[in-house]
Amino acid sequence: MKAKHNRDPLRIASLIHRISGLALALFLPLHFYVLGLALNDAARLDTFLRWTDYPLVKLAEAVLVLLLSLHLFGGLRLLALEFLPWSPRQKAYAAIAAALSFFVSIGFFLSAV
Amino acid sequence: MIGLRLYLAQRLSAFLMAPLVIGHIATMIYAVQNGLTASEILDRTQGSLWWGAFYGLFVGAVSVHAAIGLRAIAFETLNLPVRWLNPLTWTVGMVLALLGGRAVAAVVF
Amino acid sequence: MKVWRGNAHGGGYRSYSVPARESQTVLDVVTWIQQHAEPTLTYRFACRVGMCGSCAMMVNGEPRWTCRTHVRKVLDGQRLEIAPLRNLPVIKDLATDMAEFFDKWTGAEGVFHPTATRKDAIAPISPADPMRQLANEAVECINCAVCYSACDTVTANPSYLGPAALNRAWTLQNDERDGAYAQRLRAVSADGGCFNCHSHQSCLTYCPNDLNPTASIAGLKRLSSTSFLRRGRTR
Repeated sequence: MKAKHNRDPLRIASLIHRISGLALALFLPLHFYVLGLALNDAARLDTFLRWTDYPLVKLAEAVLVLLLSLHLFGGLRLLALEFLPWSPRQKAYAAIAAALSFFVSIGFFLSAV
Repeated sequence: MIGLRLYLAQRLSAFLMAPLVIGHIATMIYAVQNGLTASEILDRTQGSLWWGAFYGLFVGAVSVHAAIGLRAIAFETLNLPVRWLNPLTWTVGMVLALLGGRAVAAVVF
Repeated sequence: MKVWRGNAHGGGYRSYSVPARESQTVLDVVTWIQQHAEPTLTYRFACRVGMCGSCAMMVNGEPRWTCRTHVRKVLDGQRLEIAPLRNLPVIKDLATDMAEFFDKWTGAEGVFHPTATRKDAIAPISPADPMRQLANEAVECINCAVCYSACDTVTANPSYLGPAALNRAWTLQNDERDGAYAQRLRAVSADGGCFNCHSHQSCLTYCPNDLNPTASIAGLKRLSSTSFLRRGRTR
């Protein structure tokens, strides 16, 4: 389908939810591996963590926090849709979820730099 | 493709993770202030049963949640044949649980 | 404007020049083409006043009732493209094969199972009864398949029962005269059932009768989940 359908906000919200989930799922094994270095090789973990001093890496971390927040708040919207009585304000909730996500992510970035 | 049991597992793991994710992000915002070092992380988590329980639960829930989420993507977007869905779901779940469990053990013990 | 011509094996868009009129629906335009330019064009319509749902087609990429779509409302610059409904096999040109749509209707147990006979008294159900209100909100479906065509999950998952079938199942689960509650709950929580819905809400965006299949499907999810959690099975 084309045109207006592709720009439908709730459809875009679903796409964001799916893409953020996929990105997080792909990131997780790397995350677990790096943390697992603390088991036998704490020095290597520290070397890895030195990368986090670079601003570009901090930005990447902020993007990860953004993805996690988008998936969390978008997911809460879906749980509310499925388990609470229907609300006609679905687009508003999607917008709020996006806004909160950026708020949290920017908060993280300001804390990191 | 997604029946009742998988749906409930997905939603239950989501409910469980909502507070865990909020806690994790809050911890991260706190932890990244003034740089991040291994000793800072380990000083906080080593020997702590609370952190062990927190992240242990998190790993369990995310293993279930991500496995089922990837199942949906594999079928709907990648058109994976139906007979591969269960093996994929189990494999993803096990890999995440094992790697995650190892990571929790690494920072707690 | 362009109209999709072809059959189950394939096809493409053909261009036609149609005189623009003051007040013109897309169905008017398709009819003009068949009557003046292309007598072999195949399409469906019946009531032409927005009651039967037969004239549903894709108009500039969106599923609509063509008899209730004014050309000037959907004209995208000079672009007007008409195609057969998405997610359904094509028979010829703008006519699709609705068999799978109705198979899924019965597959979701969207069939009323009576528990009384003509000799019994009429069931005294008040219009204010909460369950009846839930059923009434969803019951005006005329099986036009616009929601089925709008649904991305139907596109991605051939076994998904779809919004219309599940919406009807919801009305029947709220009908206290019906005798197939358990059977229907099993049907809608099966592999191709309500749990595949990702709540994109395209169905309610496009339903010409302002129905809300997403809400109905969420209701079915709740019915099925609570039944399972209470009894360890779907009743």
